[in-house]
Amino acid sequence: MSKSAPVFQLDNTQSDTLMLTLSGDWEQGAGAPDFDELHTNLNALSPKALTVRFDSIENWDSIIMAFLLQCSNHCQDNGISFDTSSLPEGAQRLLSVATAVRPHQQPEPATYHWLSSLDPIRMLSATMGNIRESLAFIGEVAIALAKLVVGKANTRYADFRAFCYQSGPDAFAIISLISVLVGMILGYLGAVQLEQFGAGIYVADLVVIGTLREMGALMTAVVMAGRTGAAYAAQLGTMQTNEEIDAIVTLGVSPIEFLVVPRMLALVVMMPLLTIYADVLGILGGALVAGGLGITPLQYFNQASAAVEISHIMVGLIKSVAFAVLIAVAGCRSGINSGRSSAAVGQAATQAVVTAIIYLIIADAAINILCQQLDY
Amino acid sequence: MADNPPPIEVRNLTMAYGDFVIQRDLNFEVNQGDIFVIMGGSGCGKSTLLKQMLGLITPAEGDIIYSGQSFVTADSNEQENMRKRWGITYQSGGLFSAMTLAENVSLPLQLYTQFTPKERTEIIAYKLALVGLAGYEDYYPSEISGGMQKRAALARAIAMDPDILFFDEPSAGLDPISSRLLDELIVQLKESLGATVVMVTHELPSIFAIATNSVYLDTNTRTMIAYGDPRDLRDHTDQPVVRQFLTRSSAATTEDTA
Repeated sequence: MSKSAPVFQLDNTQSDTLMLTLSGDWEQGAGAPDFDELHTNLNALSPKALTVRFDSIENWDSIIMAFLLQCSNHCQDNGISFDTSSLPEGAQRLLSVATAVRPHQQPEPATYHWLSSLDPIRMLSATMGNIRESLAFIGEVAIALAKLVVGKANTRYADFRAFCYQSGPDAFAIISLISVLVGMILGYLGAVQLEQFGAGIYVADLVVIGTLREMGALMTAVVMAGRTGAAYAAQLGTMQTNEEIDAIVTLGVSPIEFLVVPRMLALVVMMPLLTIYADVLGILGGALVAGGLGITPLQYFNQASAAVEISHIMVGLIKSVAFAVLIAVAGCRSGINSGRSSAAVGQAATQAVVTAIIYLIIADAAINILCQQLDY
Repeated sequence: MADNPPPIEVRNLTMAYGDFVIQRDLNFEVNQGDIFVIMGGSGCGKSTLLKQMLGLITPAEGDIIYSGQSFVTADSNEQENMRKRWGITYQSGGLFSAMTLAENVSLPLQLYTQFTPKERTEIIAYKLALVGLAGYEDYYPSEISGGMQKRAALARAIAMDPDILFFDEPSAGLDPISSRLLDELIVQLKESLGATVVMVTHELPSIFAIATNSVYLDTNTRTMIAYGDPRDLRDHTDQPVVRQFLTRSSAATTEDTA
């Protein structure tokens, strides 16, 4: 069957009444006429009434209905009476369903001039709001922790144990890989420089101090921010979407005590342990590099054990506890404040990781400056 | 009667999760233009049956035949082609929350049709007008009410002018008035599109108002125990459970659906 191009034709039957005839195959891909053409004609002729009919149309789909709907809306807006009685029954019925409800007028969105975003007062109030929200969250967590100490918090031990498992043993594989590699990177970095002075043996000192004070804690924290922080945000965000958090609140339980505290405590307990594990593997990674440079394992470990000081280990552990709190705060806060849609949960997870890493770097710098000033 | 094969035939279907059989020996046909309701108590496998018909779960045994073509044995290309002729709404809407209503309706058109972008915009406006949501193009699903979400999902389901419409609990969670309007809308759309409708529901008013054929899945015997027009079943069935279900009485045999 040959396809004929879809066209419309306007005829003046009586004064003020126009006849709109549609013919051809009104189907997808056939290149249906644009309503704008008809619109211009209708505006020019400004009829009182418009009658529409199909002429030898065999195939039609939604495109003709979309066209008719635009005609109908135009007629209604301009007080033209629109006669559809010569249309096929199916088309008539669809049109009457489609026009049963008046189009919704979207309210004008409140628009601000782009310069107004630079308004210092507005900026200040937005920042203050943000800071207030963070402080409120940290305050709530502190209250929940205080209640936990007194033994009045609704925190379940089983939750805590499950989160410990998720954030500890489950992370062994990735932490192992990262720490050995970072230890090796530190080793190579130092070896190249130290060899020039014939001081290759001090690679051991560099790896030990670098890993214990800095890299062990920081790399573990970065991995945990991506792994556990994002998971917390996604879990809590999904609970927000499913109204689970509403259910917890209406049961009279604080979601901070019930959801945030066990997650945070699990991280606070597990992070120092993971950091110690990462430290050991990092030093082993350094040993591999040192071996390649002709330093025997005995020499390396002898030199390394001389470099280990309790203060180095303590700095690393203090950092890991601080990082754990920051990762948990960033993850849980994004999760609890998440919107109620799948896109919002994704945003919450992203935001959790980004905030956590910013917090980590700032906190790391701050602790380093503090240690420097205290000569620790 | 022309001997066109019926749009949907279910043959000896057995549904199971592992060794746990949910329903066995299901045999029924859905005829052209039917509004076919899958009924049954909670947990009897209504939604599972629908998911099997949609090909989201493969049946343990038996076949589902669309217009004479087996879906179960079809290869993935053929299944894809059959799916293009369906419109589906899910229990919780299934609208993409990251997209506006216009983008939601537009997606199947973009994927499978040759409409130009301008034609698409017009068709979207028309489909949303059909479900009474004209002017809501730029809203996100989270910004409209539950009833409107159901209707928006319907607009997406009919975007491609489907031959078969599947609804999973279309009026669950709607007030009686909205629910009745949705029923009317389904009938209107079905008649004007010439489509066949399969729906899972246990809203009695809606079953009696629009259904023309139905099947009742029983939880205890794990098979279908009634098949036919629900109004007939209510008045003439010899199955007490079905009568109980349809008349909403709590008599005699208690249904254990926990």
